[in-house]
Amino acid sequence: MRPLRIVHLYPHEMNIYGDTGNVVVLRRRLEWRDLPVEIVPVGVGDDLPGDVDLILGGGGQDAAQGEIGEDFQRRGPELRAAAADGVVMLAICGAYQLLGHEFNTSAGTRIPGVGVLDVVTNGSGTRLIGNHAVDSEWGRLVGYENHSGLTTLGGEATPLARTVPGRGNDGKDGTEGCVQGNVFGTYLHGPVLAKSPRFADELLRRALTRRGDSGDLAPLDDALALQAAEVAAKRPR
Amino acid sequence: MAMLPVVTGKLALAGLRLLGRSGNALPGLVVERLFPRYLARTLAALPHGVVVVSGTNGKTTTTKMVAEILRQRFRVLTNDTGSNFVRGTIGAAVSSSTWTGRLDADVAVFELDEAHAVRFVERYRPERVLLLNVMRDQLDRFGEIDHTARLLQRVASAATVAVGLNRDDARIAAIASAIDAQPVWYQVAEELRHLFPTDEELYGGGSRAARASDGAAAELVAWDAEGTTIRIGETQQTFPLRASGAHNAQNATAAAAIASTFDLSPDDIFQGLRAVEPAFGRGQSFEIDGRDVSLHLVKNPAGFRQSLAAARVEDPARICIVINDDDADGRDVSWLWDVDFTGLADGVPVSTAGVRAADMAVRLRYDGVEAAAVDAALAPAVDRALTATRPGERLLIFSTYTAMWGLHRHLVARAKEVRA
Repeated sequence: MRPLRIVHLYPHEMNIYGDTGNVVVLRRRLEWRDLPVEIVPVGVGDDLPGDVDLILGGGGQDAAQGEIGEDFQRRGPELRAAAADGVVMLAICGAYQLLGHEFNTSAGTRIPGVGVLDVVTNGSGTRLIGNHAVDSEWGRLVGYENHSGLTTLGGEATPLARTVPGRGNDGKDGTEGCVQGNVFGTYLHGPVLAKSPRFADELLRRALTRRGDSGDLAPLDDALALQAAEVAAKRPR
Repeated sequence: MAMLPVVTGKLALAGLRLLGRSGNALPGLVVERLFPRYLARTLAALPHGVVVVSGTNGKTTTTKMVAEILRQRFRVLTNDTGSNFVRGTIGAAVSSSTWTGRLDADVAVFELDEAHAVRFVERYRPERVLLLNVMRDQLDRFGEIDHTARLLQRVASAATVAVGLNRDDARIAAIASAIDAQPVWYQVAEELRHLFPTDEELYGGGSRAARASDGAAAELVAWDAEGTTIRIGETQQTFPLRASGAHNAQNATAAAAIASTFDLSPDDIFQGLRAVEPAFGRGQSFEIDGRDVSLHLVKNPAGFRQSLAAARVEDPARICIVINDDDADGRDVSWLWDVDFTGLADGVPVSTAGVRAADMAVRLRYDGVEAAAVDAALAPAVDRALTATRPGERLLIFSTYTAMWGLHRHLVARAKEVRA
């Protein structure tokens, strides 16, 4: 069986607190099931490899988003083609914003996105920071949000999860993250997959079935992860 | 007159003692609110001024080192309780003053957290600033690391005499162009640089930037089993440093650099460094029922990696990791994912404790380490690890800040001997 090929986009520039952990989580969950996996780091100037099954992108500092901006633009057509082809993507925070149409910073700069996700982000003066637990189709998602951009979903994107007002995408509408086909965006760092094992397996299942493998995943012992999620959900912001 | 603020602060301190509590933060806060000019007026009277120590990692230990060196010649005021907010500096001044408000000190050495260092220099322009490093830490507070670097730049710009700068941290080195005071460089020898990765290097990015190699006031020349070798100007000495780990050898070099701007000989400086004991919870060790127990503070990925690297040299028999997530620890525990624990997979038993014990155990599991016990309660968790450690063996405890106070008390109560 060809290893499941996971691209880690901009591992050096976009790696605020633990986003790399999502790569670790997916890799191990495959290895624990004896499914072969290959991680391909893709940095500025590198080409995307062929036969990509899953793409992960993390959050970065404002300066890092500037450094990768042009390179990310260049990848636009390729990323849009991959998304149309059903490649599974998980984008956290900064990568989530850049996969959208645009990010208008509070300083008045327009940073164009690549339009894979039908979302628009506008900078704001306040930062949404804190522990965050939200309910999705794939169980509770638990992480830590830290962003000043407020994201609005267009008609093509559906919310990833429901939250209480005052947090999540725009701090108002009670949604967190988005889903569009096999592309997922979220503001949850943490990394989100560590304490949201059902969601992690959903990404793997989609990637495996897309390329024609069985999506039947052997169950894993996730008692610790669920315990950690329960504690995190009870921690005040 | 400084009498009224000092009396007020001392009464607050005495009140706290009556309640069975200690610390300088609350009396400092009271004085800060009631007498906003007290700090500047008091510090302005110090003949040799103020040294501010800031940066992400190593502030407490380095502050202790600078203070110990300066004590060779001066009377030193310092906030050595680890209270690194402005109120901690005020509290230290109050408790070191006589009831009539007289402060018997020649020089002050203050550890200040990055944000509070900015608040401090808004009220008092320090003569000297010593900057250690910028690593990602408490991003829930600071947002991002570039922001932290900008805070430190503002602190450095306030210095009137000298700024000690780490030549091996690019963000710190860049601050040299933004200061009026004299830059005083410290660095490590080229062959030791791999021991001190910058934030970028820790995250797999950035090739090592070329740097100037001459003109450093102090250099860490060697660090090995023979001891720590530091060069100050033309004088070089090898000596045993009681605070263990390569990072403390680098901290000693930083302390030596800023101390060299005072009227002190290299011998004075080496004398001071030889006398430094490890700071509270920074590798302190205890003998409990014939077992050697050491306590290490961890609070960010770089620091945790350094502690693990230092600990591995000492060949532990058992490890207990204690993670809390209160304000002083950082509310966000995502950073645990930026520490590599795969090196622990070779069979050293590990247990976890603290509010986020389960988070820590999940992290370990994904690096191939199965935590033996996962317990929110601290003392029982540590006692269980102690019982499982055989006499003659070593137990290493890594702990975040808020858990450390309780653990320290517990260990002191059980210890036959507390070693420096």
